[in-house]
Order: sequence, then structure tokens, then C-alpha cells
Amino acid sequence: MTSDTIMIPFYQALTEDVNALPAPQDSLQEVRRGALERFSATGLPTLKTEAWRFTNIQRFLKEYPYELTSTPATTTADVANEATIPGLDAYRIVLVNGHLQANLSSIPEGKGIRIGTMSASTDAPGFAKWFNQHTQVNGEPLADLNTALFADGLFIELQANVSVDKPIHLIHVYTSDRHAFIQPRHLWVLHKGATATVIESTVHPKQEAVAFSNCVTEVVVADNAELWHYNVQQGAENFRQVNTTAAQQERDSRYHHFNFTLPNTPFTRNNLSVVLHGSNTETNLKGIYLATGNQHVDNYTFMNHLVPNCNSNEHYKGVLLENANAVFTGRIHVHQEAQKTNAFQQNNNILMGDKATINSQPQLEIYADDVKCSHGFTAGQFSADALFYLRARAIGEEAAKALLVNAFTHDVTDEIAVPALQEYIQGQIEAIMNN
Amino acid sequence: MLTIKNLHAEVEGKKILKGINLEIPKGEIHAIMGPNGSGKSSLASVLAGRDNYEVTEGEVWFNGKNLLEMSPEDRAREGVFLAFQYPVEIPGVSNINFLKTAVNEVRAYKGLPQLEAKEFLKLTKEKQQLVDFNTNLMNRSLNEGFSGGEKKRNEIFQLAMLNPSLAILDETDSGLDIDALRIVSNGVNKLRDAEKSFVVITHYQRLLEYIVPDFVHVLYNGRIIKTGTKELALELEEKGYDWLKEAEHQKESV
Ligand SMILES: Nc1ncnc2c1ncn2[C@@H]1O[C@H](COP(=O)(O)OP(=O)(O)OP(=O)(O)O)[C@@H](O)[C@H]1O
Ligand SMILES: [Mg+2]
Repeated sequence: MTSDTIMIPFYQALTEDVNALPAPQDSLQEVRRGALERFSATGLPTLKTEAWRFTNIQRFLKEYPYELTSTPATTTADVANEATIPGLDAYRIVLVNGHLQANLSSIPEGKGIRIGTMSASTDAPGFAKWFNQHTQVNGEPLADLNTALFADGLFIELQANVSVDKPIHLIHVYTSDRHAFIQPRHLWVLHKGATATVIESTVHPKQEAVAFSNCVTEVVVADNAELWHYNVQQGAENFRQVNTTAAQQERDSRYHHFNFTLPNTPFTRNNLSVVLHGSNTETNLKGIYLATGNQHVDNYTFMNHLVPNCNSNEHYKGVLLENANAVFTGRIHVHQEAQKTNAFQQNNNILMGDKATINSQPQLEIYADDVKCSHGFTAGQFSADALFYLRARAIGEEAAKALLVNAFTHDVTDEIAVPALQEYIQGQIEAIMNN
Repeated sequence: MLTIKNLHAEVEGKKILKGINLEIPKGEIHAIMGPNGSGKSSLASVLAGRDNYEVTEGEVWFNGKNLLEMSPEDRAREGVFLAFQYPVEIPGVSNINFLKTAVNEVRAYKGLPQLEAKEFLKLTKEKQQLVDFNTNLMNRSLNEGFSGGEKKRNEIFQLAMLNPSLAILDETDSGLDIDALRIVSNGVNKLRDAEKSFVVITHYQRLLEYIVPDFVHVLYNGRIIKTGTKELALELEEKGYDWLKEAEHQKESV
């Protein structure tokens, strides 16, 4: 445990000698070494890297002398409770810097449910089969870095036709007394016909030190299984994040991913990719980013249609205040075999700040001829008529704007299938806008 | 209640209101008529505080307060209500939520506690009946996909909910069928009392048979060129505006 924190500047190690970074000693040595080799070969992305044209990650990595830490930390119930969603009846799992804190968690149990730490799950059948298999993990520099050096995270495996009866509320707490680079790693496998809802939240205790998370979550949704996956990124000034979610879907499965990026994390990069291995699937990728100050929020999404008869529907909505800066990439790849694909994509933005900016780029690569694909992008401001109408009904300017932002995002929030979460997100938006 | 003195206003550099003088005492109903484009809606917008209109001259006093210095929301909280000629559709804002927010904003301004859910519901029911407003419309998005008539009824329903002291109705009658016209007018008549004033902008004498005005003003080219009693409306219905316009142009050329 003593050598878990390295003292050499982390950024220097990344660019000069990655082998000096200490990998945990476990049964994954070969995979870790391979990942590190790939990382050394490619190095960190630059502005010349196609997928990173508008986000200079090196600037953010250099910002503080981060130390690579994998030492388990602990937190208190009070801190975890900051993530409480009023009225949500759910299992609660608390991870501190990726490490499970059992005494604050209520883990679902039962036949066919295996939920525990990654480090204690390497023997699970789902782990052996699916760990590090996604092409957007295996071969992507930051995900490779995570594979090489991650300490722990949450493993979920649901056997065929198992349903978890309540949502799982996964609370990530990021805390450290020194500037820390933290790499949680998760793998969730739903076998045939299994269903679950996972809601991720983040908590950032007040502290001087800055935490940078490079988190990777691999998701497998097998035949006819269904996963509702919500990621609520409540932010903080003392946090930075690269968040990679990589899902694989098999025949007749459904995967619904919702991402909510809220203030005030200065740097957020979300990599979200879904690859379809089986026909007749449904994929919903929905996002809201509400950014303020000098926040930089980059959502990079990739829908990979390999097989026929699949539906994907993507809708991201941005509200940008002050000097906030957002990037949206919607990559859709429809392979030649993937006939009868329906792939839709929308990215709408409201620019409220004079200096707010959005770079939005659809990337459609379509090699099948019998498909329905569409994409759309808008960036605009509130309708002056609507704002005046509300104000003429005694509603103050701030409250009117809050109503209009909620109205703007409603086609995403309406799709949230957990009422308590829906109310919570709408309430958060309103509170942020009224501030 | 409302005193308008020599009011001039322009929009995008174009002079629209060119010296309006109007006094509306408590409890009275004043009708404003006039040809298309004469400035009726502009006057209503300036009174409600629409910021694309620039007031270049004149004053407006409302219950002893300088109306032109207030934000649109404060005017509404003070008791000015504009029923829009073209109510705005706002998808995603539920009618009921919007109303609750509006009612509570007015109450907060007056130092009253927020309405409990139950009390709010009771008030809604009562006012809904007053203007025969369809319950189904309550839970829909604000005016979204409402028919022209439904939008107008919603304006009157909001008027009933907010209970202002000065209501300006901008062509609330256009787009209403005959039954709706009667229902809406009855609603207004029930809301009417010695403390409230109404400004009714209309093109049709018919409305003024239901809502009987104390005075009728004719607005033309940004000015009030004639004021009379309800008989003036009948005369206009018969003769149109040409005789007034001509008299006005003669005055100008003198
Ligand atoms: N934003 C604007 N830009 C330029 N001109 C405007 C603007 N708004 C109003 N106007 C002009 O101001 C004049 C008065 O318009 P207003 O809507 O007040 O007329 P009105 O008397 O209400 O007419 P109607 O009976 O047709 O409703 C018109 O000539 C109109 O074109
Ligand atoms: Mg008009």
C-alpha cells in the first residue's frame, strides 16, 4: 500500500516514461502491460487528434501537479448524503475514488446477482469474457491508461432474466488531500433478459486539492436485456473529468443512456460509444449540458451500427451561460451490412452568455443504402416574445429564464423513467438558473 | 388609476405613438378602436413594458407610481394585465405550472404567503368555470397547439386568476365564436367592479354590446383623434374611419 502514490509529476511521467508509473499487482498483468504499451505508442491526444480537435486535454493535465493515487480513501454518511435524490427508492452504493465503501452501501443481493468490487471479481465469468473488450476502450489512449493503472471500481453481473427490483444509485465521491489523478474502472454485464436501472451521481467534498478522474465504464447488454443508465454529473470547481462509457448491445436489447452535465466542473470530456452486435436493438442517447463560468464540456458520442434493423436515437441539449464552451460530436457509423438502420441525431443549444460557444459536428459515415438517418443542429437564444409573455404575467426575469430552460430541455427530461430523478433534474436546472 | 400624458414611442427608429393623452379612472371601461396599424397594440405593449419600444417623450402614471420606470414583471405585480392579441406558445411549460408561478409571484410581491396546492386548485376550478375553460387545456403546454379561440380564453382565464386592477384586452374578441364571445364577456362583467378598470381594444361594435364601455376612443396614426360614448362605436360601424381620417388630415395641413 505504501508505494501507491507516486511522487514524480504525473504529467511528466505520462509524456516521458509511463513505465515508471506503478501498476497494481494483480491477475491482470498481461492486459495492463498491453494497454500501457499501446498508450506509450500513441501518447496523449493533441489538437491534431481527430476526436480531440476542440479539446486540449494536455492543458488540463498540466494544470496541477497531479499524483497518481490508488490508495483507498473513506468518506462519511453526511458527504454521501449530498447526492441524495429526494423521494428516490433505490439501492445505494458508495464508491470513494472508485473504492467501494461497504458500510455506506446497500448492495442488491439475490440469485443471479453478483455485485462487488472489480478487484474481487476477476474470477467472474462475465469479467473474463467482457473486460476490456470494447474497441473504444481497447485502443483509446485515456482508456488504455485506465486499463493499465486502475485500482478498483464496481462490477455488476446479472444472470439471465434477473431484474434488480429497484434502481441502483451509485454515488461517486472524489476526495484527496493532494491533487490527485483517479482512475475508477467499472464493468456491468446484463445477461439475456436481465433488466436494471443505474443512476450515477457525484459528490465533491469541499477541499483545496483538485481531483482529476479518468473513469471507464464498460457495459454489456445481452439479448433482450434492458439497461437504463443515468449519469448525473453534479460538478465542482475542484474536479476535472474524462468519463468513458462503452456499451455493447446484442439482439433485441435496449440501452438508454442519459447524461446530465451540471456546473461547475471546469473540464468535462464524455466519451460515449455504443456498438451493436445484434439486430432489433433500441438505443437512446440523451444528454443535457448546462454550463457556466469558464466550463469546457465536450461530449463525444459514437453510435456504431454493425448489423441490420437497429434503431438509435440521440438527442443532446446544451444551455451555455457566461463564457462556457461546449463541444458535441455525433459520430454515426452504419456499416454496409447494417441495412434498415434508423439512426437519428439532434443537438440543440441555447447560448445565453455573450462569450459562450458551441462546436457541434455530426460525423455520419453511412455505407448501407437502405437506411434512415438524420441529424440536426441548432444554436440560438430565447424567444424574446416568450420571455416577455412570462414577465408580463408577473414572473421575474430569472424565474422566467429558468422556466424557459426547463421548457427547452423538456424533451429530454420527459424521457427520464424514474419520477424522483426527473423531478430532481428539473429542480437542479431551475435552481441553477435562478442563481 | 391610469394617466397617460403626451406619450411618444418608437420601435426600430420608427415613430409609432405620437402624443397619446388618456385618463382612465377607477371602475371605468374604455374602448379603443382604430384602423389596422394605428398603434393600438403598440400602446398596450408600451404599457406592459415590452422593451423593443422606446419611449421618447411623455409620462404614464399608475396609481400614483411611474409605470415607465418599472420592469414588466413589476407592472404585472402592481396590477397591470395585458391580454395579448397574439398569445405566445411555449412548449414545455405546463399551463398549470406557469399559472402557479405567476399567482405566487404576485402574492409574494404583496407580502402574502404562497398558495397551498389545495387552495390553488380551488381557485383554478372556480375561475375555470367563470370563463368555461376546458380542464384538458390546463395540463397541456402553455398555448401549444391551442386553437385561436382557446388561446383567447386562456388569456381571460389568466386574467381571472391574477385579478389585476387594470386589464388591457387587445382584440380578445377576434377569433372567438359567438358563444365564446358571450362567455368571455360575461366573465369580464363578473370580474368588473368599482375598483377595476378595463381597456378594451377591438374592431367590432358587437363586443361593446356585451362589455359596455364608458368611453370609446379612436386611435389613428399614433394619436387619439376622437373620444365619445358607446354611440361612437355604432357610428364607426356605420361610417368606417374615413371621415375621421379626413378631418385629421385637414387639421394637420392647417
Ligand atoms: N417591431 C416592429 N418593427 C417595425 N414596425 C413595427 C414593429 N412593431 C409594430 N410596428 C408597426 O407599428 C405600427 C402599429 O402597429 P400596432 O400593432 O400597434 O397596430 P394595431 O393598431 O394594433 O393594428 P391591428 O389593428 O392590426 O392590430 C404598424 O405600422 C406596425 O407595422
Ligand atoms: Mg393590434
